[in-house]
Amino acid sequence: MSIIYFLIGCSVMLALFFLAAFFWAQRSGQHDDLYTPSMRILLDDEEEKEPEK
Amino acid sequence: MTANSVINKTICYHCGDNILTADYIIEDKHFCCNGCRSVYQVLSANKLCSYYNYNEHPGATRARTDKRFDYLSEPSIISELIDYTDERVTIVTFFIPHIHCSSCLWLLEQLNKINPAVHYCRVDFLKKQLNIRFDHHQLSMQQLVELLDDIGYEPLISLQDIIKKQNAPNRDNLVQKIAVAGFCFGNVMLLSFPEYFGISVHDQSFRQFFGWLNGLFCLPVVLYSGRGYFVSAWQSLRKKVLNIDFPLALGIAVLFIRTAFEILTRTGAGFGDTLCGLVFFLLIGKFVQKKTYHHISFERDYRSFFPVAVHVIEDDKEKPVALSNLKTGHRIMIRNNEIIPADAILLKGEALIDFSFVTGEAAPLAKTLGEIIYAGGRQTGGAIEMEIIKPVSQSYLTQLWNNEAFTRQQDNRAQTFTETVSKYFTIVLLTIAFASLFFWLPTDLKRGFAAFTAVLIVACPCALALSTPFTMSAALSIFDRNLFYLKNTRVVEQMAAIDTIVMDKTGTITTGDADCVKMEADLNAEEKRLIYSVCINSIHPLCRMIYHHLGSNERLKADEYSEVPGKGIIASLAGRRVLLGNAKLVLGCNEPGPQSTKVHLMIDKKYLGYFAFTQHYRDGMEQVAGLSANYDLFMLSGDHDHERYELVKFFKQPGSMYFNQSPQDKLDFIASLQRQHNKVMMLGDGLNDSGALRQSDLGVAVTDNVNNFSPGSDAILDGRSFAKLPAFLQFSKDAVTIIHISFLISLTYNMIGLSYAVTGNLSPLAAAILMPVSTVTIISFTSLATHFMAKRRRLI
Repeated sequence: MSIIYFLIGCSVMLALFFLAAFFWAQRSGQHDDLYTPSMRILLDDEEEKEPEK
Repeated sequence: MTANSVINKTICYHCGDNILTADYIIEDKHFCCNGCRSVYQVLSANKLCSYYNYNEHPGATRARTDKRFDYLSEPSIISELIDYTDERVTIVTFFIPHIHCSSCLWLLEQLNKINPAVHYCRVDFLKKQLNIRFDHHQLSMQQLVELLDDIGYEPLISLQDIIKKQNAPNRDNLVQKIAVAGFCFGNVMLLSFPEYFGISVHDQSFRQFFGWLNGLFCLPVVLYSGRGYFVSAWQSLRKKVLNIDFPLALGIAVLFIRTAFEILTRTGAGFGDTLCGLVFFLLIGKFVQKKTYHHISFERDYRSFFPVAVHVIEDDKEKPVALSNLKTGHRIMIRNNEIIPADAILLKGEALIDFSFVTGEAAPLAKTLGEIIYAGGRQTGGAIEMEIIKPVSQSYLTQLWNNEAFTRQQDNRAQTFTETVSKYFTIVLLTIAFASLFFWLPTDLKRGFAAFTAVLIVACPCALALSTPFTMSAALSIFDRNLFYLKNTRVVEQMAAIDTIVMDKTGTITTGDADCVKMEADLNAEEKRLIYSVCINSIHPLCRMIYHHLGSNERLKADEYSEVPGKGIIASLAGRRVLLGNAKLVLGCNEPGPQSTKVHLMIDKKYLGYFAFTQHYRDGMEQVAGLSANYDLFMLSGDHDHERYELVKFFKQPGSMYFNQSPQDKLDFIASLQRQHNKVMMLGDGLNDSGALRQSDLGVAVTDNVNNFSPGSDAILDGRSFAKLPAFLQFSKDAVTIIHISFLISLTYNMIGLSYAVTGNLSPLAAAILMPVSTVTIISFTSLATHFMAKRRRLI
């Protein structure tokens, strides 16, 4: 059952990695604006094309 | 409505306003004004017409196009505005109130197509901000702002940049603290399961291992996430008050010490998961309490409304001077739609001053040469020259901000329920804890300390600390849905305590801009056409209201046209002579008695009647007046009392209406009510109400557009929801009742826990179950009850 030590060690490391990733995202401002990207994605890229409607 | 007028009704391709003239047409697209047309021309020249495909009529009306931005060439002003600059690029963030749809977003992020000197632009939609990085060698700040103005997105530039300050990154990193607490809580809970379910005898070594790991996970929770509670508890102790954070910090500390002790002495598993869960839930409560309205500011004063710079005339030359450098004796030039920044004497030009921002009064006032004009008015008409007689901060209006109501800390406001209760709660808690300690101490030392710590752990007022934030944040979002924006959650409790309501008249209980035009004249179609054609030439607001009232008509060319400032218009067209104006001009005598604003008509020396401009009371004024059953209702007005008769149906109590009130009078009136121990709610709209709003226990700014200027206040009420005011007041009382009930629920849980704890037999498992269960009960009770009450008050 000593494998538990290893498994728990792995899981904690993995969890810490995700926590670090969250910290990085938070600090680099990825959560500053959570609304605008949802609108931006709906806009077309090429403006020459006449959109329907 | 006749068929004829339906056909005539076209709307502007750019802004969607009704079109009154047929002058502005390109490519079969109709525009209401030259401004709207020129935006379209700029966009079509740059092949950016997709702007109009995402949304219909996305633009703002551009009737006013005479904005001047040459003050942006002053380096000292520029340096106030920019975020960052080096040799090559400058980064600046603008607040643009008009950002409202995906077209805005699309266009503003295409600035590069119009001018390649713009390297990068990003819109933050909710904050209505535009972040731009540009090459300042190729494009000056002034050109950039003019470019934005050209495409219909004028940035709001003011020296009191609260929006930016408000959105400054939070230093307390609440989200990160929650992340750490949540991370540790999850891990500790999983690692505690073996202990709760039992570990077989030959796996005992794991027990040690799990215990140590749990202890390690608790460290960041206490030292990083929970640190704020210790700091706050310590500060309150030094001020000799017991706030809610004191028992919380005590609970956290005791939990941690006991857990560490049990792990180190190998006597038990400790309360690691209770500790982490407690901190995690508490921080969540803090998070929901912090509601931010990114685009609304509650802290505005006159600086965010006054211009950044004015034009000073020196040696026959005009030069932009920043407002802070303005001195008495300066000669200033104020153009159409510019605001007078300081009390000044009129030297030259025809002054027609619109004080609507100050008093809410829509009709502009004419001023004669040599007259003192108070700061805050907006010039309508031609340019005027003035000499400043008082510095900006000492003017009639702005000196209000020197009053002590603005300088003192606002600690006179009512204590919240939690603050009142937590004092007694802490005392009772400590009494029980020490009582159980001394009860067991003579017989069983270990049990005594076990009971002491268990009491502090179990009675930790987690549920109490959460009931207020969850109820209030639910209430806030209900208010928010009904266009009533509260500064913070405390305001709800302040509102529930109100017993006196004071209202401003103009702009608050009357609608500011949509004055009713009543035509007291019998005109035939031709006469209507004549008057329409005369009025359309004028920029006077009353004329604009008249021609809007008359609707679209054929426009006749005026052969002769002259405006007598402050009096009216004399014109002759189609062989007929039209006189339009006040009694003095048209009838040759003064208006008998002070009455509502009228414009008299005379065509070919035949008196036809007049247009009357009556104040229009907000919808729901009857319901609001019905509040007098439970509240003391007062009305303060800066105007004369010529509307007293009409107002008496709303304010029936004798002595509840006050006229001719200066801004200072209003403030003093509120203060005198407060001296009689009344809790006063003030509703106002203009800068002249600022003092009263600030002095009152609850200042509510009433506005027709929340993005527009509103004076500093505790809450901003959209005029459309004015009728719901009684429901809002009721609902705030409901919210406080909900908090009281949830306090009782959490007390019940505490009683159950305490009955175990005093015996000293609290198992970690019991604590680990009790804490989350009580928390979940409180959260679900408060949100369901708030929802139910909102439904009952018809707010959802």
